[in-house]
Amino acid sequence: MIHVENLSRYYQDFCAVNGISFSIQKGEIVGLLGPNGAGKTTTLRMLTGFLMPSSGRIQVKDYTMGENTLAIKHLMGYLPESAPLYHDMLVYDYLEYIANIRGLNPALKSSRISEMVHLCGLNTVMHKSISELSKGFRQRVGLAHAMIGDPEILILDEPTSGLDPNQIVEIREIIKHIGQKKTVVLSTHILSEAEAACDRIIIIHQGKIVADGSTESIKQSAGGRPMLMLTLEQTDFQTVQSRLSAVSGVSEILQMPSPDSGEIHLKLTCASDSTRRDVYQAIRQTDWMLTEFRPETQTLENIFRELTLEN
Amino acid sequence: MSPALHIFKREFASYVVSPIAYIVISAFLMVTGWFFFSTFFIHNQASLRNFFSLLPIIFSFIIPAITMRLMSEEFNIGSYETLLTLPVTFRDVILGKFLAAALFVAIMLLPTLFYPVTISLLGTLDWGPVIGGYIGVLLLGSAYAAIGLFASALTRNQIIAFIIGVIVCFSLTLIDKMLFFMPKALLGFFEYMGADVHFQNIARGVVDTRDLIYFISVGIVSLYGARLVMEEKN
Repeated sequence: MIHVENLSRYYQDFCAVNGISFSIQKGEIVGLLGPNGAGKTTTLRMLTGFLMPSSGRIQVKDYTMGENTLAIKHLMGYLPESAPLYHDMLVYDYLEYIANIRGLNPALKSSRISEMVHLCGLNTVMHKSISELSKGFRQRVGLAHAMIGDPEILILDEPTSGLDPNQIVEIREIIKHIGQKKTVVLSTHILSEAEAACDRIIIIHQGKIVADGSTESIKQSAGGRPMLMLTLEQTDFQTVQSRLSAVSGVSEILQMPSPDSGEIHLKLTCASDSTRRDVYQAIRQTDWMLTEFRPETQTLENIFRELTLEN
Repeated sequence: MSPALHIFKREFASYVVSPIAYIVISAFLMVTGWFFFSTFFIHNQASLRNFFSLLPIIFSFIIPAITMRLMSEEFNIGSYETLLTLPVTFRDVILGKFLAAALFVAIMLLPTLFYPVTISLLGTLDWGPVIGGYIGVLLLGSAYAAIGLFASALTRNQIIAFIIGVIVCFSLTLIDKMLFFMPKALLGFFEYMGADVHFQNIARGVVDTRDLIYFISVGIVSLYGARLVMEEKN
């Protein structure tokens, strides 16, 4: 559906996007992740034809950006960051205006508008001016704006930024609902959101792709060894260390800072999940008090930090 | 229907609902009315000539005020991004916005039709120059609106857009009065550049192709300039 090759974009001397390539299949929900200033918005702006790439090539279906830009724009619906809409228009007028520009015929237009009102929950604000809307409603109008032409590809730049938790869930539901039929590319810096809503994640850092794949495959390729968090009482670190290091499969024992002197907090690096059983067996044979036994897999958050903190 | 037409409609509707539009119209009518009628009875002639000779200078302030928001506001609130990612071309955007501003200028001029009507009741008015004058005013207004649109495309700040627009329009209006200071070799060029001469020619009732071509080229060059600025931005 979308093929991007060696896409770069410079702002004067500053390189915002540095030679990224990916392709997105029809029906995928792709999350573009990255810290602020990583080049997410610039990438999305180039995908929508708002910015021209400094170099590289964007192909959407059989159209090439730059040659058939207008045809590509017809295929896409775009919600820019923070949904900049005309403040002086009523919601209904605005949606009608977009439908007109997208060339919907009159019969289809009213049915699409009412569909959008239903999908995005806009019926209470239809005759309000956009300037009067709360942030959440404005974002929903923005979503309706992006979807009204029934585009094959939806591009959403931080669709949930600045919303409250309830609104985030609602918007996420809408995105999932659309994602059943459409190709969706969204950017976010909220990891749980990407994990919850996307089939595939592309992590961008300093204009380059540092990871690309499903959450599971990213976690695997990051080489996350299973970790085990322990809290023990009625013992001391030396005894525990000598005892547990004897367990096969435990490669590293770290003492974590503890707020209470009676407790020791440990972080064990295990060879595999089954090591946990051996650790438990070893502890059971002692008279230590075990108050916490928590396996920890590499979270997306940790991977994200690892990938995007290094320079 | 072409997207340009919808952009035009939206842009015009946005003029109609904004208070600035009515303030500008009132200011325009007050200024022209005052300057025209304060000397009208002294001249004691049933003609609109003084009215038309006022317009280029008044337009060079009023029209940039009308056009300053056209692009600047879009840049400022960010709706430029939503607009350009719709299936529209630069031409649609520029044409739609320009036509809205030009129509607004025409509507602003409507109430001044009372002047010739009033005067024709007071004395015998020669309608030829009046019709010529209004054709000239529309051409002048459109050319200045195109300049204003160009100025607005340069910046996200409406005040700066206004000032740039005023500077360009004001220079075009006054340049043929400053010929004394110009180098000899360029005299012909600067004389042709002056908007006032061309306008006064048409306002006399003489519609010459040279004058028409002048206004049309100023308009086209400005709109094309706006297009180049927009292309540069992306």
